Amino acid sequence: MKGGVLAVAAALAGAAGSLVLLADALTPGSVPLAFWALVLGVTALSWIGLERLAGVDRPRWIGGLVVPGLFGLLLLYLWQVLTVGFDVPAVLLPSPARIGHQLAANAGLLWQDFRQTFLKSVLAGFTLGSGLGFLVAVLVDRSPFLQRGLLPLGALVSAIPIVGIAPIMVMWFGFDWQSKAAVIVVMTFFPMLVNTLAGLGSASEIERDLMHSYAAGYGQTLLKLRLPSALPFIFNALKINSTLALIGGIVAEFFGTPVVGMGFRISVEIGRMNVDVVWATIAVAALAGSIFYGILALVERGFTFWHPSYRQEQS
Amino acid sequence: MQTLRTDTTMSADSLRPASREDNRPVAIDIRDLSLTFRTADAPVTALSNVDLQIRAGEFVSLIGPSGCGKTTLMRVMADLARPTSGHITVNGLSPEQARLARAYGYVFQAPALYPWRSVRRNLMLPLEIMGVPASEREARAARYLEMVGLKDFANKFPWQLSGGMQQRVSIARALSFEPKLLLMDEPFGALDEITRDHLNEQLLRLWEQTQKTVIFVTHSIPEAVFLSSRIVVMSPRPGRILEVIDCNLPPDRTLDVRETPEFLTIAHRVRVALRAGHSYDD
Ligand SMILES: Nc1ncnc2c1ncn2[C@@H]1O[C@H](COP(=O)(O)OP(=O)(O)OP(=O)(O)O)[C@@H](O)[C@H]1O
Ligand SMILES: [Mg+2]
Repeated sequence: MKGGVLAVAAALAGAAGSLVLLADALTPGSVPLAFWALVLGVTALSWIGLERLAGVDRPRWIGGLVVPGLFGLLLLYLWQVLTVGFDVPAVLLPSPARIGHQLAANAGLLWQDFRQTFLKSVLAGFTLGSGLGFLVAVLVDRSPFLQRGLLPLGALVSAIPIVGIAPIMVMWFGFDWQSKAAVIVVMTFFPMLVNTLAGLGSASEIERDLMHSYAAGYGQTLLKLRLPSALPFIFNALKINSTLALIGGIVAEFFGTPVVGMGFRISVEIGRMNVDVVWATIAVAALAGSIFYGILALVERGFTFWHPSYRQEQS
Repeated sequence: MQTLRTDTTMSADSLRPASREDNRPVAIDIRDLSLTFRTADAPVTALSNVDLQIRAGEFVSLIGPSGCGKTTLMRVMADLARPTSGHITVNGLSPEQARLARAYGYVFQAPALYPWRSVRRNLMLPLEIMGVPASEREARAARYLEMVGLKDFANKFPWQLSGGMQQRVSIARALSFEPKLLLMDEPFGALDEITRDHLNEQLLRLWEQTQKTVIFVTHSIPEAVFLSSRIVVMSPRPGRILEVIDCNLPPDRTLDVRETPEFLTIAHRVRVALRAGHSYDD
């Protein structure tokens, strides 16, 4: 633990030093070999340090937050020194610093895009699609005929590419976020339906026999046995859907939208060769997607702490 | 083997006092009952022409080799399995009516606790379903957890308990709604000798005090003899009743009774009957 901290601290100092050198003393594109030796040293040191820290299990936040955070920093650092050191053209791959600069400079614009795409289309579509999928699953669960009929249909709909439905949804629901939300509803409905159905059927025979022996009614069995045991499946669907919803919301905007939104921004700025803004938008999308997923994963942990995959973490 | 069994049965039968309390109502009446499982390959006959009458307040143990149909017979009583032929009534009702009237508490062979509920809330599950008021639920949970020696574990989750502790929770759960009829499928199978002895005594006291009807599956001959008023010995597949052995040890017996000659005689009879059943296999 102590060795790990020392190694990481030395690596951080080396990294800071090399970044200052790169910005002030060296010409991009013709960097001396000694500099790459320094970069290699920083990488090796962080590797050793992270390896040690990853082995620490007592304060759990070290393994859970610090190690992945530092690893992310290392990747950003390498990205930065490689793009600047080799003078990679910004149209191909801008450096993280440039992207960060664009983020700050276009904060207002990016916020409006985020509000349009994420807060309106994605959240609405995700909630509606997942909610409907869940409700329909609970209703359909009693009818084997509907289950048999709906599941192949689900596979069929999942196979339809968004490129196909997005323009149709625009025709049905107009240019604004409602049509994007509709695309997301179509994309997220069936994953939730299929997972919830599987979850409702996941209680073991003996667990059902117990309810049966108490002469529990349909509703009681649903509430006290089948829904709790379906929770891991439902959260799985929510996590899948969070990713699908973000992809759907962005891609659907390629097919007609008012002049705002992350998908709109990407398609317009790439046409203008304004790659920095595209990357800034991608950064916002990645961040939003990770946070969305992370929140769902945290809530999941709260609800399904009893599931074998989380048990060992309970004290 | 055959002769030995017959001999022992005969002599013990002649020693047995005439049954005293035959005026008690019949709790379980099974007549010529058979059950065949339809499986993918060959059908499996689990029970074959079973006849058994159990009066209210009896403690009846089912003993027999693994796979002989003890669980199946119990599941038929509980309306968890349907017989292929024959008749059965539970408290004079069909098994389904009895189940709907919540006539029995069933202790399954595995604990069957819900992992998302704490031990205390697992105990309260049947009470919630049966609409017992919240304060009474708490009181019952506390009382029966104490009885199985787990009151310090009320707020743990089942998967934080050992297998034997989980099984004790499931026993407490079946007792919690105080059914007149207890169906217990190897409830003490997973326990160590000491705990098992302790719970055997407690179950016996509970039975004496409450006059419940208990049907009890076990693989342990001493356990069966110690607890039961009658022991039903079953044969390997297809499950049939080989012999029903009366076993009226003094009501206020303690574990010491296991050293008495009466106890050992009955245990011997059970063992002989079991061995006779096994010989069909060879
Ligand atoms: N659902 C089922 N489908 C098919 N066969 C079954 C089923 N349940 C039980 N059997 C068969 O019925 C027979 C009796 O099973 P049962 O569970 O009643 O035995 P048991 O006496 O309780 O055994 P053990 O002492 O091992 O618990 C076994 O041969 C088993 O293979
Ligand atoms: Mg069994």
